[in-house]
Parts: sequence; C-alpha cells; structure tokens
Amino acid sequence: MAERSTMSRRRFIKNTSYAAGGAIGGGFIGTLIGRNLLDDQQEAKKGSKTESLPDFNHALMHFTNQKEFQLLSAATERIFPEDDNGPGAIKLGVPFFIDHQLAGSYGHNDREYMRGPFYPGSDFQGYQTRLKRHEVFDVGIKAIQNESKKEFDADFVELEGKQQDQILQKFQDGDVKLKGVTATTFFELLRSATLEGAYSDPLYGGNGNMKGWMMKEFPGNYMSYLNEIGKEEFIKKEPRALRAHIQS
Amino acid sequence: MATTLDKVEVVTVGVGWTGGIIAAELAKKGVKVVGLERGKERTTEDFQHIHDEYRYAIRYELMQDLSRETITFRNHRDDRALPMRQLGSFLLGEGLGGAGIHWNGQTWRFLPYDLEIKSMTEKKYGANKLGSDYNIQDWGITYDELEPYFYKFEQTAGISGEENEFSAPRNNPYPNPPMKETPITKRFKDAAKTLKLSPFHMPSGNMSQTYKNPDGQTIAQCQYCGFCERFGCEYGAKSSPIVTVIPTAKQTGNFELRTHANVTEVIYDGNKATGVKYIDLQTGEEFIQPADIVVLTSYVMNNSRLLLNSGIGRPYDPESRTGVIGRNYCYQILPGATAFFEDEKFNTYMGAGSLGATVDNYNGDNFDHSNVNFIHGGSISTTQTGQRPINNNTVPNDIPNWGQQFKSESIKYYHRNLSIGAQGASLPHRNNYLSLDPDYKDIFGDPLLRLTYDFTEQDRNLHSYLTEKCVEIGKEMGADRVEPREISDHYSIVPYQTTHNTGGVIMGGDPETSAVNNYLQMWDVDNLFVVGASAFAHNGGYNPTGTVGALAYRAADGISKYIENKGQLVKANQSSEHV
Ligand SMILES: Cc1cc2nc3c(=O)[nH]c(=O)nc-3n(C[C@H](O)[C@H](O)[C@H](O)COP(=O)(O)OP(=O)(O)OC[C@H]3O[C@@H](n4cnc5c(N)ncnc54)[C@H](O)[C@@H]3O)c2cc1C
Ligand code: SF4
Repeated sequence: MAERSTMSRRRFIKNTSYAAGGAIGGGFIGTLIGRNLLDDQQEAKKGSKTESLPDFNHALMHFTNQKEFQLLSAATERIFPEDDNGPGAIKLGVPFFIDHQLAGSYGHNDREYMRGPFYPGSDFQGYQTRLKRHEVFDVGIKAIQNESKKEFDADFVELEGKQQDQILQKFQDGDVKLKGVTATTFFELLRSATLEGAYSDPLYGGNGNMKGWMMKEFPGNYMSYLNEIGKEEFIKKEPRALRAHIQS
Repeated sequence: MATTLDKVEVVTVGVGWTGGIIAAELAKKGVKVVGLERGKERTTEDFQHIHDEYRYAIRYELMQDLSRETITFRNHRDDRALPMRQLGSFLLGEGLGGAGIHWNGQTWRFLPYDLEIKSMTEKKYGANKLGSDYNIQDWGITYDELEPYFYKFEQTAGISGEENEFSAPRNNPYPNPPMKETPITKRFKDAAKTLKLSPFHMPSGNMSQTYKNPDGQTIAQCQYCGFCERFGCEYGAKSSPIVTVIPTAKQTGNFELRTHANVTEVIYDGNKATGVKYIDLQTGEEFIQPADIVVLTSYVMNNSRLLLNSGIGRPYDPESRTGVIGRNYCYQILPGATAFFEDEKFNTYMGAGSLGATVDNYNGDNFDHSNVNFIHGGSISTTQTGQRPINNNTVPNDIPNWGQQFKSESIKYYHRNLSIGAQGASLPHRNNYLSLDPDYKDIFGDPLLRLTYDFTEQDRNLHSYLTEKCVEIGKEMGADRVEPREISDHYSIVPYQTTHNTGGVIMGGDPETSAVNNYLQMWDVDNLFVVGASAFAHNGGYNPTGTVGALAYRAADGISKYIENKGQLVKANQSSEHV
C-alpha cells in the first residue's frame, strides 16, 4: 500500500517554509528536486538496488535564462504549494515539465489554428493571440518580474508567499497589461500547465515519483476494475505509471 | 493539376460511424464503395498506451488538427467571428472511426415527440408556446418508421441496456444486459425512487459482456478501466466503427479505404454530384474521384461546409429566414449540480464511458409544460466515467482555483464529489446558424465554416428548471452540500461542454425548410446523400449517436433504393412548415 510514511510526512512539513519563495535560489532548486525525487523512501523500499542515475532530464530545453526559470518555479509553487498533503509543484518536477513542454509541439501550438488576422475577441471566443505558448510564457514571466519590482521593489523570487500571490492574482484578474496577450490568458496557461505537470504520467517529467497521484489517491494506469467496480468501500491502490505497460 | 481516377459506384467523405455504416451496408450488397478519410488508420493495437490523460484528454491527440482547419465563432450576427484556435467546447474527430473512437458510448433513441415536435407541441400547447423566432420543425419521419433502424444500430453496436418506462417504445429488448450496478448508480436510483421518479441504467456502448454482432464482429467485455471518454479502448470493448462496421465493410472485398485523403470539394454539374476532389495529405497530390453517388459522412461541420464551399443548395439567410444549408444549428445545454460529501469516498477513478443511471421524467413531453415557459426537457443522469486527476479538480464555489486552499480542497473532494447532470434539448432559433466565414481560410485556401450561436430564452428557462431537479436529486442522495451549475452569460467556445452539434443540413418533409428528405437524400441533388447529426432539425435531451446511427441505416436503405430506381425517393410535402 502506498501509505505515506511518517518520515516523509515530517520532511514535507519541514520543507513547507521553502514554499515561501524566498528560499528558492540558484542551483539549490535543482539539487533539491533531484534529491527528493531520488531518495524517496518508498521507491527505495520497493525499488531495485541499482545505482540511481542522475536525472539528466532536469536541464533546460526552452528557457535560456536560469533566473526566469526560477521565477517560473516559484510561481508554480504558489499555484500548487507544498503542504500537509505532500509536495508542491517544484518537488513534483512541474517547472521542468513546463520547460520541456514549451520546447515541443505544445509550446509551438503545432496543432492549433495560428493564422491571422488577429483581433482581441470577446471572453467567449477563446485564445486569440498571435503569440505561441512559449512566447506567452516569456512575455508573462518578464511581466511578473516587472510587476514585483514595481510593487515591492524586489525580484519575484525574493518576495514573501503572500506578496507573490498578490502579484499572481493581478495577472489572473487581467489587471496587468502585457504585450501581445492578456495577463489572464497567460495566468490561465500557467495555472493549467502547473496542474498538468502535477498530475500527468511521470513520463513527462512532472508528478515526480507519482507523488501527485499519491496525494490524490489516483492509481494511474490499471488494466481493469471489473471485479472492484461494484464494491462499497473505497479501494486504495498503489499507483502504476504507463512505464509498466512497455514490453521489453 | 488533379489526377482523375476511375469512377466508383459510391464514395463517402469521412469514415466514422456514419461513413462506416454506409460502407458496410452497401458493400455487403455488392456495391463498390470508396471511403475517403482525412486522418490516419487506427486499430485496437494502436491503443496499448492509451491510459495517458495528458496526451489524449488534454492535448487531444485523437482529435482534429486545427492547424489545418477549424471553425470561426461569434455569439451574434453583428459580431466579428474569430477562429476557434484551440479545441474546447467540442472535440472534432479525425482519423479512421472518427469521434466514434473516443466517444463514451451512451446510446439513446430520440423520442417520438422529437420527430414530430412541431405538430405535437402545437396540438397540446397551441402555436405560440415559444414565439416566432424559433424554427421548430417536424423531421419528416415518424418514430414507427425509424424504429427498425434504431434496433439495427443497437444490434451492430451491442448496446447494453435496461427497459425504461419513458423510453421510446421498443419492439425488441436491448441486445445485451445493462452494465454493472455500483454504489454511485445505486445511490442515484434510490434517491430518484424516493422522489417518485423512474430511474434505470443508461444504455451503453461499453459491453456488459462479450458480444458477437449480427455481422459476426466480436466486441469484448468492458473492464471499467476509467479511460473511456477521449480515449480509444485498449480492449476493443467499446463499440466503435473500427471494431464493427469498418471490418465488416473490409471483409466483403467491396470496400476500399483511403486514409490521409482530405476532401475539399464536391464536384457538381448543376444537377448531379459527379464526384469529389481530395488532397493526399502525405504527398500533396490532388485527385478527382468520380462516383455515381456521393455520400457526405464528414460530421455536422464539414457536411455543411463542403456543401457551402461547393455551391450546392441554398445557403440559409437569417434575415429573410430562407435557404436551407446552415439552418437550425443546435447544440445542447447542460443543467446540473455538484454534490459534495464530507465523510464518504467513492471509487470515482474507476468507471466506463456509459456507466450511469438516468431518469427520463423531465425529458421530451414526459411532463406537462402548460405552466412552464419552455418546451422539451432533458435526461438527468449521474455517470461514473472515470475521474482522472488533471481534468477533475472540483472544489466548492467559494474556493479559489489555485493556491493552498485549492490544492487541499481539490484533493479532499476528488473522491467525494458526484455530479448530477442533464442533457438539455436545444431548439433552433433563427439567429443560430452555420455559414462560410468571409475572412478566415484553411491551409488549402478554402473558407472556414462560421458558427453563429448563443443560448436563447428557451435554453435559460429549461436550464433553470432542470438544474433545480438535479439539485433535488443531489440532496436526496445525502450530499452535505449541493451546488447548482450556472449557465454562462453567453455560449462560450472555451470550456468543454459536449460534442453534440446538430443541424445545418436538416431533414424534413418540405424542401423550403429542409435540405434532405427522410432518406437523407438532398432534395436538390438526387445522387447526393448527407448523413449525420447534421440532419437533426433540433437537438433532443440525449446524446445523439443512437439517432445518428438509425438515420445512417435509413440512408443506406435509401441509397440501395436509389441504385435500383434513381430519382427522388420521397415526394416533397409543401406543408405549412413555412415560416
Ligand atoms: C469526447 C466525446 C464523447 C462523446 N460521447 C458520446 C456519447 O457518449 N454518446 C453519443 O451518442 N455520442 C457521443 N459523442 C458524439 C459521437 O462521437 C458522434 O455523434 C459520432 O461519432 C458522429 O459520427 P459521424 O460519423 O457523424 O462523425 P465523425 O465520427 O466525426 O466522423 C467523421 C469523419 O469524417 C472525417 N472527415 C471530416 N471532414 C473530412 C474531409 N473534408 N475529408 C475527409 N474526411 C473528413 C473525419 O476525420 C472523421 O473521421 C461523443 C463525442 C466526443 C468527441
Ligand atoms: S471503460 Fe470499458 S469500454 Fe471504456 S475504454 Fe475502458 S474497457 Fe474500454
């Protein structure tokens, strides 16, 4: 059973302070994520004895500027913070998930209609910017930084959690003017990408060690519930990722 | 220059449920059919890695590639329509089997009332119940005429169902017993019974047992895997064109499938359709496929768009309310309620696309409308389709949608919320229609289809009535908190609602107000058949595909008759349906 051990619970609580953004700096993020994903107790318990490889996926494909990536990380952590339930966006790997998605077809809107002419459109007409998603993130992240300089005279990553929330709320409400896209469009993309990174199959680099699923008690990829579907009681299962489906 | 190919007897544009049914029925009779499908070929083996919410449900891998073609949308006639740049409100199919691959399988028969809605409403409630802005029309066919075709589709698709006192009358039982009862369906049924309603198990295209259909195709037993809607079935347990009609068509040797074939035009000589033009999306080559009979089976949107782009039929004009192509576009409304439970957890991660329980007491004309300001209604259900974690983060209304509180509440309620929802009928309004967009084009340079649509007074009244009923059921189910669903100020193209688009090439008895007769043969063009929910004169209180399937079998009969006798199969009835 995938019960969270008291050990890891304590560690979660201990690390909660770190959700307050201020603690995030430099290469610290990378090490923290790496360590927490790889040294997890449950994995060690059931996992193989083979030496864990360093996570070479935890490098940047889209972002070129580490400061911007840190800002992205801090913002996703406010959207999906570490708490008593378990890890937040950063420990789940969400920032890397987003970075990698922005470098691919998602970031480049490959399967979307991106021909002009472009007009703002009503709230009911949906995405109407000529910017592709990776450009929306670039514009949005720069704007978050500007806004926190303006409001608090500090980098976004240095703000208190509450202050970061205030800035993000202004974006959700559309109270900041961005070039080429509305602040709301950017915020909603950021929000949905964060949840996607927290809960998608770990194959995409988020949902580290299936911790997103464990918090939610979602078992992932099971072949059949034929014999359980009629049962009264809640059935808790150890999660399985799609990896289990590969035949080698 | 396009290469002209050898003529065939029948060509279909698109190979989903409708294209597959036409192909199977005609090929079985020895008719040579070519199916042109713009997407790729798919089989059950292609779904072995389908349990991937992100790839399939969020990034829409199985659905239409909008970079090539989309629709434009506006709420009102005097707004500027803008492209639907990302999928949202509905998920258009693409690839062999069409949306019949990633549907849920909830399979209904529309009510006798639906088919004669205008006559029956007038008889009972007078002519002015809704006012003159609504284009309510009879469908030009009675339920008794359509009943055998409903059954034929249910047999092919292996529908698992249970008798229901308000259902359209059935001459035969369902081919399979209903799906399993679960604590959720039971809870809904018990509540409904206490409220003196008549609950029953939802008719399902997910097999309750392994089933062999009359064509000899086997459909496996559903595993309740919880990855059904928006996904293909890894087991071949969800009825779909690729496990039923398409293999049947192929086995005859009379069906030729061409994938990656994107049709851009129906070639029309002013009297007859002579074939279609298509582009091979892999090579870029252009072909003309001549045919004796052309069948549009390309879903509501492209059935209308291809006719408009090919200059066939009279486009609908909302000002004068004349013309037929694009007329009576309808969607659906979704009244409902969310029930939150504090101390109980349900296995909501398990499920199947059509696992659910329903009451029909408030559908069609099953209740008296004398004292309400709307007609029709909707079926009310709870479904257990499998709640996946990215798409299901339900929190009570007073909780923000991000941040700490959001996180803990969405985790808490993940297994503690149930939704009670209605599929509300949608009735045609003069200002809701399809036309060509004057500005936006697809990658081939052809105009996009423009959707002009908003909710109407009828919709809002029906919505609030049914929402109240959903709340009552939710409370009776013992929820600690029940929140009604609200209808937005205007219809929005952004959030997913349903892929139940209807109309545009509607059927009827009168060529002035309908484009096709009750065999779905065009009034103006004898050898052109247009099959799909595009034929619905309004949208009812259920999912559409049972009725779409019945109409496709009816059309296949019509095409066979046309091959023998030529000419119009139905005598036009210049009735009082004029507006
Ligand atoms: C997520 C989802 C859930 C659903 N659940 C249900 C449900 O539970 N119950 C229900 O009754 N209905 C449901 N539906 C609706 C159902 O899928 C459709 O009613 C049904 O598939 C329509 O069949 P069709 O053959 O008319 O169109 P489609 O299945 O859309 O097939 C049309 C085909 O034509 C092809 N095509 C289009 N244009 C061209 C062109 N120009 N050239 C060549 N090919 C072309 C497309 O690629 C496609 O393959 C659902 C739909 C979706 C998306
Ligand atoms: S729920 Fe049943 S029909 Fe649907 S995909 Fe799973 S096994 Fe197939």
